[in-house]
Amino acid sequence: MAKNEIDDVSGVETTGHEWDGIKELNNPLPRWWLWTFYATIVFSIGYVIYYPAIPLLEGSTMGVSGVTNRSLLHDELARVEASKAGLVSRIDSTGLEDIRSDEELFRFAVAGGSSLYKVNCSQCHGSGAQGAPGYPNLNDDDWLWGGDLENIYLTIKHGVRNEDDDDARQSEMPAFGDGVLEPAQIADVTQYVLQLSSQEHDATAAKSGAAIYAENCAVCHGDDGKGGREFGAPNLADALSLYGNTAGLIAAQIAKPKHGVMPAWGLKLTEAEVKQLTVYVHSLGGGEQAATQ
Amino acid sequence: MASDTNVETFDAEAVNAKHNRELYAARQKIHPKRASGSFRSLKWIIMAVTLGIYYITPWLRWDRGEFAPDQAVLVDMANRRFYFFFIDIWPHEFFFVAGMLVMAGIGLFLVTSTVGRAWCGYTCPQTVWVDLFLVVERFFEGDRNARIKLDAAPWNSAKIAKRASKHVVWLLIAVSTGGAWIFYFADAPTLLRDFITGNAAFVAYATVGVLTATTYVFGGLMREQVCTYMCPWPRIQAAMLDEHSLTVTYNDWRGEPRTRHAKKAIAAGEVVGDCVDCNACVAVCPMGIDIRDGQQLECITCALCIDACDGVMEKIGRDKGLISYSTLSTYNQNMALATGNTPGAGIQPQLVRPEGRLAAAVQHFNWRNVIRVRTAIYTAIYAAIGLGLIVALLMRSPLDVNVLHDRNPQFVQLSDGSIRNGYQIKILNMRTEPRSFSIALDGLAGATLKLEGSDLDQGDNSKIDVKANQLRNVRAFVTLSKDAIAAKTTDFAFKIVDTTSADTVAANVRFEAPSGTGQ
Repeated sequence: MAKNEIDDVSGVETTGHEWDGIKELNNPLPRWWLWTFYATIVFSIGYVIYYPAIPLLEGSTMGVSGVTNRSLLHDELARVEASKAGLVSRIDSTGLEDIRSDEELFRFAVAGGSSLYKVNCSQCHGSGAQGAPGYPNLNDDDWLWGGDLENIYLTIKHGVRNEDDDDARQSEMPAFGDGVLEPAQIADVTQYVLQLSSQEHDATAAKSGAAIYAENCAVCHGDDGKGGREFGAPNLADALSLYGNTAGLIAAQIAKPKHGVMPAWGLKLTEAEVKQLTVYVHSLGGGEQAATQ
Repeated sequence: MASDTNVETFDAEAVNAKHNRELYAARQKIHPKRASGSFRSLKWIIMAVTLGIYYITPWLRWDRGEFAPDQAVLVDMANRRFYFFFIDIWPHEFFFVAGMLVMAGIGLFLVTSTVGRAWCGYTCPQTVWVDLFLVVERFFEGDRNARIKLDAAPWNSAKIAKRASKHVVWLLIAVSTGGAWIFYFADAPTLLRDFITGNAAFVAYATVGVLTATTYVFGGLMREQVCTYMCPWPRIQAAMLDEHSLTVTYNDWRGEPRTRHAKKAIAAGEVVGDCVDCNACVAVCPMGIDIRDGQQLECITCALCIDACDGVMEKIGRDKGLISYSTLSTYNQNMALATGNTPGAGIQPQLVRPEGRLAAAVQHFNWRNVIRVRTAIYTAIYAAIGLGLIVALLMRSPLDVNVLHDRNPQFVQLSDGSIRNGYQIKILNMRTEPRSFSIALDGLAGATLKLEGSDLDQGDNSKIDVKANQLRNVRAFVTLSKDAIAAKTTDFAFKIVDTTSADTVAANVRFEAPSGTGQ
């Protein structure tokens, strides 16, 4: 092997490589760099032994630790669950009213309920719980089945009109368009419902509608149209309506009513989760005090 | 080669002098000799003060009542509070810390542009701890010559004993340095007990471990290499010096030509400078340089060479200050004087010290040179930020309120047609005692307010308890009847009133109604 040329200026041997007259000096690597490099090699041996490292046809070597991103996530979730366990068990064993009046439990329930709401409820009731036609707004004070803690709890736990839970809220408004009422009668009742909710209406039609209402509707919706929570019958005399309060939408609902279904969340969520959701929904602004103490 | 003056000559090599430095050479150990003189005394005092502040501060107590810690200086990470004597900073007031950091930066600029690298030479922790470590080294191994001899000596029991005791004491200092750090972050007496009994948090042990290692390695083993190779400051500070900044300067205009045989040279009629080439300045240098090579990146301006040289000058009856704090402009004027105003001409020391004493024409540092446009600007910025922070501190309210208007939904229609808006009211009680507040609406006629909270009777807004030094989040619902709504948006305010002191904070917010209402 030919001896490499020594550079005149620096006195350092060149590598013999030359580009356009520029020659490369064969300086040694800085010592700190070299030692760092060796240290990384030593480290990598330990790493390969300890952690999953070498890809195989299926999966990879697991290393002695078996630590993977998946197991780390699992551990972290377990840690979070464990850190919540104390409060969750207290929620489990505490009545709804007492949860609401305990500062710590209330805050925990509202925070937990809020995230449970986003995962499970927001798809129908909206991310701000503002509802949509056919899906009740949970912020307002208009409750179909009652707005105190106990009733909200029952609605969430057992759901509405589902077939999975025997205790689900059940009620069905008959389709008055299927031969019960003539189209003209439906039009008259519609005018009466408009009158109940203080909207513009045809007074003559509403007057004859009132009689039809008393005969067919009042049994559930009440003589004054204020609804009946035991049947989930909506209040017709207020400013809010589930499916819309124009004449056309009201008539359509009388002739062939739509009925929403809500799942029984008690079958999917734990008792503590249902309780947290209850307290959260109750805190949205429309929560009512229990009727009797 | 003995000197013919009665000055001790040191066989000292400036290991970091440019001509002694090679790119790939291993570090040569520096054995700084103990210096004595006015700068050394000043450095002892600064060392005692800075170390004292560092070690003692966490143990100072400050009574804040039963609801807040009684540690004078405490960074409470868990509760997001920073306590500094009478100041108690919340996370949203972090600008105080940011402002102080800006002041520290500007202060460093100011100091550097006037007195040069004083930070490096006197107060930098690296300098202070290296000094401390050197004290220990000297105690066990003796001064420079003894240490050089010990280095070369074979490993016998005496050497092992000396080395071992030195490293043990170094480690003890390192541990207590790391240990003192953690006390700033938790109640010091409790943490000390927990730390010793093994009950402290892992992070406490890890922090002490890391800081012990860095103190031991940086202060004991790496020393000047930290300043020369790791620290960015020498590079940045070099850019901030100008011709009026003080640097440690070898005044070759009176020192050269140097000779160890002054008497012989004078007798031979040769030109002789003040420098007797005794190498005292090299022997004391902790950075391993020869200041006579001129200003260098390695020089931290610790001024120990000034002390060493002044001692020699005193002994041989010359004026002190052959090595001195001097500015480039002073130096240039004196150099011009010594060379007879002929650039490039040889130095003629008799021009600057005709009678053996320095001539009156020789320039000395004048404190008036400190006042320059540049330093005035630095001072102005420094003072402006400082005053701003003091004003902010004095005007700071111990009660702060943030109100967030619900955005989803912006408003809710209720069954009677009225419109309700929801708000999150955050009340920050920055006093270290519990307080009660009432909330009232201002500027929204006919509105009703309902609060949601575990201890709040719905409708009662007169007593909202907020714990000492805590934030409380209250849900507020404001309802306005259909007829009372005047516009789509109405501005109003929540008035939060302390029920005892009547401190009031108003938070301006909006009431939103559906499009078309009120028109």
